[in-house]
Amino acid sequence: MSNIITVKDMCLWYGEHQALKNVNIEIPEKSITAFIGPSGCGKSTFLKTLNRMNDLIPGVKITGDICYEGTDIFAKDVDVNNLRKEIGMVFQKPNPFPMSIYDNIAYGPRTHGITNKMQLDDIVERALRDAAIWDEVKDRLKKNALGMSGGQQQRLCIARALAVQPKILLMDEPTSALDPISTSRIEELVTELKEKYTIVMVTHNMQQAVRVSDYTAFFLLGELVEFSKTDDIFSQPQDKRTEDYITGRFG
Amino acid sequence: MLNQSLSKKRKSFEVLMKALMAVSVGLTAALVLFLLVYVLMRGIPNITWELLSSKPSYLTERIGILPDILNTVYIVLATLLLVLPLGVGAAIYLTEYASNKKVVGIIEYAAETLSGIPSIIYGLVGMLLFSNSMGTCLMAGALTLVIMNLPTIMRTTQESLKTVPQSYREGAFGLGAGKWRVVRTVVLPGCVDGVITGCILSVGRILGESAALLFTAGFAHAVNGLIDGLAAPGATLTVALYVYAKEQGEFGVAFAIAAILMVLTVLINFAASLVQKYFAKRRSL
Ligand SMILES: Nc1ncnc2c1ncn2[C@@H]1O[C@H](COP(=O)(O)OP(=O)(O)OP(=O)(O)O)[C@@H](O)[C@H]1O
Ligand SMILES: [Mg+2]
Repeated sequence: MSNIITVKDMCLWYGEHQALKNVNIEIPEKSITAFIGPSGCGKSTFLKTLNRMNDLIPGVKITGDICYEGTDIFAKDVDVNNLRKEIGMVFQKPNPFPMSIYDNIAYGPRTHGITNKMQLDDIVERALRDAAIWDEVKDRLKKNALGMSGGQQQRLCIARALAVQPKILLMDEPTSALDPISTSRIEELVTELKEKYTIVMVTHNMQQAVRVSDYTAFFLLGELVEFSKTDDIFSQPQDKRTEDYITGRFG
Repeated sequence: MLNQSLSKKRKSFEVLMKALMAVSVGLTAALVLFLLVYVLMRGIPNITWELLSSKPSYLTERIGILPDILNTVYIVLATLLLVLPLGVGAAIYLTEYASNKKVVGIIEYAAETLSGIPSIIYGLVGMLLFSNSMGTCLMAGALTLVIMNLPTIMRTTQESLKTVPQSYREGAFGLGAGKWRVVRTVVLPGCVDGVITGCILSVGRILGESAALLFTAGFAHAVNGLIDGLAAPGATLTVALYVYAKEQGEFGVAFAIAAILMVLTVLINFAASLVQKYFAKRRSL
C-alpha cells in the first residue's frame, strides 16, 4: 500500500508556543488513520496542517516538509484552494451553512466551477447517498439545513465534503457532539468510505479508534510518540507512554 | 432590639428609593407623552393637502413643503447610495481582510469618536470641503452626511459580521473556497441585518439633521427632479422647520413639519425593531 501523505521533521509554532515537535509520519492510502492523545497535545493542529487550514490563523510558523502525492504542499505554486478540494475536512461541531440542504452540498462543486443543474443534481444525490443520509433528506432538499438533528447535520457535512470528490477526508472528532446512535452510523459510514477515500480522524474515544481505524498515531505534548497498525499499538505498544495512555493510566 | 430597628431602617430606605425611582420613571414618561401630544396637537391641524403638495409662493403668500419633502428624499437617497458601499466595504475589509489588529483598533476607535462629534462641526468641514468647491447644494449636504454616517454604517455592519460564526468561514475554506467567495456567500448574507439596521439608524439621523445641512445644502424651496435637485441648494424638512419657525415666524407650518418628522421617527424606530426581531428569529431557526 502506498503512502498518500508523507511528513518529515515537521514543527509548528503558535507565536512563541511550539505545538508540534519533529513530527514524522507516512499516511497510507485508502485506509483509516486515527490520531489519539490527551487534550492539547496537538492532534487538531496537526490535522489542520495537512490541508493548510492553519494558514487562517495569524502567527503560525511551520518548518519541515509535508508531501501530498509527492508534491510539497507549502510550495509556492500550490493553489491552497485546490489542495483543500483534494483534502477535505469535517469539523468537530457540525457546521452546515444556513442555507438549504441542496445548496450546502452544491456549495463545493459550485465553488469549483460546476454550474450545470443536472450535473449538480447528480453530485448532490451521490454525495448524500455516500454519506448514508439520502433517504432521510431526499424529500426536503430545499429545506434549511439548520433544521436537521445534530447527527444528520454531521452526515450532511460529510456529504458536503464528499461532494468535491476529495482524495483525503480529515475529521476532527466527528462524533464527539453526537449521541451513540448517530455515532455508530458515522462509524459505519467511515468504514465504508475507506473504499474510495483516505481518512484521517482525531478521536478521544479509544474504542472508536479500535473499532474503525487501521492505523493509530499517538500524540503527546506535541510529539508523535508512536505510529503503527491499530491492532499492534493497542495489543503491544512499543512505548511506555503509549501503554500508560491506552490503559487509562493518565490523560 | 438593635437588629429590629436596623431592619426597619433598611426597609424604609428601600421604600424611599423605590418611590424616587417611580417618580423619575413617571416624569420621563410624562415628558415624552407631553412632547408627543403637544407637537401632534399643534401640528396635525396644520397638515393640509395643499401644504404637502405645493411649493411656497411669495405672490400668493401660500406656504407649501413639497420641495422640502422632495429634498429630504433626495438627500436620503444620495447619502445612502454613497455611504452604503463605503461603510459596508470598510467593515468587510476591517473584519475579514485586515491582518494588522493594531491598525484596525485605531480605525475602530476613530470611528467611535467620529460618531460622537457635534454635527455642526461636520457642517463646518463639509462647507469648506464640498460647498466651497461645488457650491451650496444638496449634493454637498449629502456628502457631509456621508462622512457623518460612515461610522454608523461601518460599526453596525462590523458588529453583525462578528456574529457570523467562525465555523461557517472554516467550513467554506475547507471546501476550497477562496476568500472572496467565502465573504460573498457565507459572510455577507449573515450581516444583512446589521446593514439594514445601520441604514435605518442613518435615515433617522439624516431626517433629524439641521446644523450640518444649514452650512452645506442651504435652505431653498424649489421643486426639482432628482439630478437637478442634487445640484441645487435646498432645505430638508428639518432645515425648513428651522427656517419657518425662526426666520418667518410661521409656527403653524413649523409644527406641521414637526408632527410629520415625529411620526416618521416613530415609524423608523418601529421598522428597526421589526428588522431586528425578524433576523433574531431567523437566526435562532
Ligand atoms: N489558534 C491557536 N493559537 C494559539 N495556540 C493554539 C491555537 N490552537 C491551539 N493552540 C495550542 O496548541 C496546542 C495544541 O492544540 P490542539 O487544539 O491541536 O490540541 P488537541 O490535541 O486537538 O486537543 P483536544 O483534544 O482538546 O482537541 C495547545 O496547547 C493549544 O493551546
Ligand atoms: Mg482538537
